Amino acid sequence: MKHLSMNHLPDSPREGHSPLAQAGSLQPPVGGLALSITEKVMLGHLVIRGDSDAPELARAIHDLLGLRLPSAPLQSCEDEHQGRVLRWVSPDEWLLTLPGENLTEVEAGLRARLDERFAIVDVSGGQTMLHLSGEDAELVLRKSTSYDVHLVNFPEGKTVIITFARSQVMLRRLSADSFELIVRRSFADYIWRWIHDAASEDGSALRKGDN
Amino acid sequence: MLRIYCPHCAEYRDEEEFHYAGQAHIVRPADPDACTDKDWGAYLYFRKNPCGLHHELWSHAVGCRKFLKVIRDTLSYEIRESSPIGGKTAVELSLPPSMPPGSNDS
Repeated sequence: MKHLSMNHLPDSPREGHSPLAQAGSLQPPVGGLALSITEKVMLGHLVIRGDSDAPELARAIHDLLGLRLPSAPLQSCEDEHQGRVLRWVSPDEWLLTLPGENLTEVEAGLRARLDERFAIVDVSGGQTMLHLSGEDAELVLRKSTSYDVHLVNFPEGKTVIITFARSQVMLRRLSADSFELIVRRSFADYIWRWIHDAASEDGSALRKGDN
Repeated sequence: MLRIYCPHCAEYRDEEEFHYAGQAHIVRPADPDACTDKDWGAYLYFRKNPCGLHHELWSHAVGCRKFLKVIRDTLSYEIRESSPIGGKTAVELSLPPSMPPGSNDS
């Protein structure tokens, strides 16, 4: 287990633990490797709320993050180099994920630029991100949700919050055969086991990456 | 399973993503202290049970978490249309001004 520091809490004596720190003990079944699952640990998750028509919001996002504020439903905007993704959640809500070490700086920057009509909330401790990839990834998703995840309906970059295995997941397509899932902390272990089970049914094995 | 169009997400989604939030267009008495018990009781407890078109509120609880207004036929379960709160549906726009929304339900 990689040692992780919660450096967005300055001088914190606490050691950070991912919600899936225990999940690695699950043994993969025997079979071919058709998909892999990776937890993106200790990312910063920021919820940004405010009026999408307010010009200062789009300007602050652009100046600080170099990202375009997604105003169309279910869209996302990504800066792969910086590892920053901004997703549309609702007409007045967005979710920004970024490397944990930049979190404090970006949060402070946004707060300095935006007044009390906007809300910036650090939800990093409440959820975690999984990457599911491989040619069977879509098959596993199809078993788990009634949402149409076919490439035609669900192209690259599209972000939806859906019911998933009777729980809830924010799903984004990264490429034809890879997906990003953002799950609540308290459901992370359940979702991980569910995906493991759904994958092993077909004789495929999951590999848990170490970030 | 109903397929409900969310005007915020601009997509049809399954009913399981939504929560039903009751009849739409219920107006709270402007001054609760001054209104009669009968009016207050009607506001709190009495709801329509139409056989036909029903104006109702739903919330897209799993998706964008916004409320929306849905016009649904209680006989056939057909959803005529859905719109954001505050917006007017096509059915409402076609009503004569003397008929407030929801008054044609029964």
